[in-house]
Amino acid sequence: MNNHELKKHAVHIRQHIIRMVSSAKSGHPGGSLSGADILSVLYFEEMNIQDDNVNDYRRDRFILSKGHASPLLYAALYEKGLLQEDLSSFRQINSKLQGHPNMNYIAGIDMSTGSLGQGLSCAVGMALANKLENNDYRVYTLLGDGECEEGQIWEAVMAAAHYKLDNLCAILDYNGLQIDGDITKVMNPEPFDKKFEAFHWNVMTIDGHDYDAIRGAFQKARQCMGKPTLIIAKTMKGKGISFMENNPSWHGSAPNEEQTKQALAELEVQINE
Amino acid sequence: MSKMATRTAYGKALAKLIVERDDIVVLDADLTKSTKTGDAQKACPERHFNIGIAEGNMMSIAAGLAASKKVVYASSFAMFAAGRAFEQIRNSIAYPNLNVKICATHAGITVGEDGASHQAIEDLALMRSIPNMKVFQPCDAKQTEMIIKAVADLQGPCYVRLGRGNVEDVYTDDTAFTFGKGNVLRQGKEVAVFATGMMVQEVLLAAEILKKDSISITVIDMPTIKPIDEQLICRIAKDHSLLVSCEEHNIIGGLGSAIAEVLCEKCPVRLVRIGMQDCFGESGTPEALLRKYELDGESIAQRIIGYIK
Repeated sequence: MNNHELKKHAVHIRQHIIRMVSSAKSGHPGGSLSGADILSVLYFEEMNIQDDNVNDYRRDRFILSKGHASPLLYAALYEKGLLQEDLSSFRQINSKLQGHPNMNYIAGIDMSTGSLGQGLSCAVGMALANKLENNDYRVYTLLGDGECEEGQIWEAVMAAAHYKLDNLCAILDYNGLQIDGDITKVMNPEPFDKKFEAFHWNVMTIDGHDYDAIRGAFQKARQCMGKPTLIIAKTMKGKGISFMENNPSWHGSAPNEEQTKQALAELEVQINE
Repeated sequence: MSKMATRTAYGKALAKLIVERDDIVVLDADLTKSTKTGDAQKACPERHFNIGIAEGNMMSIAAGLAASKKVVYASSFAMFAAGRAFEQIRNSIAYPNLNVKICATHAGITVGEDGASHQAIEDLALMRSIPNMKVFQPCDAKQTEMIIKAVADLQGPCYVRLGRGNVEDVYTDDTAFTFGKGNVLRQGKEVAVFATGMMVQEVLLAAEILKKDSISITVIDMPTIKPIDEQLICRIAKDHSLLVSCEEHNIIGGLGSAIAEVLCEKCPVRLVRIGMQDCFGESGTPEALLRKYELDGESIAQRIIGYIK
């Protein structure tokens, strides 16, 4: 898929995110928007997931370890045509679109997440299962940068390297902000690259909004044998919407009607950029 | 009658099962010799993974394997399985209703010399309160073997509570376990005692002691703690004037609480709960601990005499 089409899907994903969070009047727009370009490449290029295998576990899998970015995952599945739910039911009573993803409600959601620090371990379990079955399916997971303050992440990092899970690719959505502000001020997890390298991971650092870079990193990850891969994707929280970019107050709050209009209009322009 | 720890019976049963079924994967957190998953590791090394001393990680890895259609047995001490990894069990395993069988050994005060830090007396309460979770506690080797096999075919998460010390054989045949059912081991009058796990042997001992005083008690073994056998509890409640629960667990949240919940709503009868009286244990031999905390057969008999006077 060419970069222009990937961009179009990413902008649509961002528009879905804004509509969902706006109609729910709650949710997490900032960290959903930052991962839109990564998920556009994952769902439209990298992963083998489509209509005819979405209900099967024997395919590439994706775990949203930072489960609060559920609008991002719902938007990607919707944009891909795998999710038919009414997106405006997000976070409402009786909806399948729970505040944090539930794998039993929606085909294509590969793990229930939301409690930070657990998704990478689940990805380790899936990658082990693939190794047991000698298949070539890959397991992807999107980590939050603040999430890496959870100790369990490092337990999973150790286990993935120990079992040489080269079928596992974690992407760090490194937008630099958590609820209480700059991650280096709240509880500095840096240096990510040296830490993961010390745990014997294959580590790459890229611009998380550059399609060529994202594509290239996934290709290199496939070629790496005997080690799991971490792609440190430098991203911008709230990416694509001027008043949300790099502003931690948009971690967990929804835009009002006026702001929603402005956000959607800003995104519309970007489709043809 | 021979003696065997339920954890030992678990190790043997799992070693057999992992060879019979190729969908089974076993996880342990550096306690393979103590939890006895080492037996399964020997039988099938490629489907046994040691996750190291990281119980939370182990539970979430178990969830990932189960999401790929594996039937996962995950073991550690009850303290660290149900205690430390509670939230991983709750969110990674039970909420998505994944097929993970948590087989937790060294439960209760009969862990002994290691002391209170290692004596889980809250695990039944923790596991029982999680939706989708089923909870079991076998009392002897035969029952353990049957439960370990049965949980493989039960959809969703299960918690099996196992002990460190040797226990008497209570059963010799397949009457040992039916899912969701309690077993009446002795039929008496007036007083009925519900017991689970290693307390079954102590209550049977108490029944023998009481017999000498011409007191005949009904003894019921409760291997399934959740879902609890409501029908049996109500039937027993109708035929007896005093019910007693007996467990190697805090009196809050375990078997006694489960029975009380049924009695209160359906068939009110006086219930006395024998167990740890909302206090921590300590170091000592299992025998000394059972005596001090009045959970041995002799103490149980004395307490029952006290209740009926």
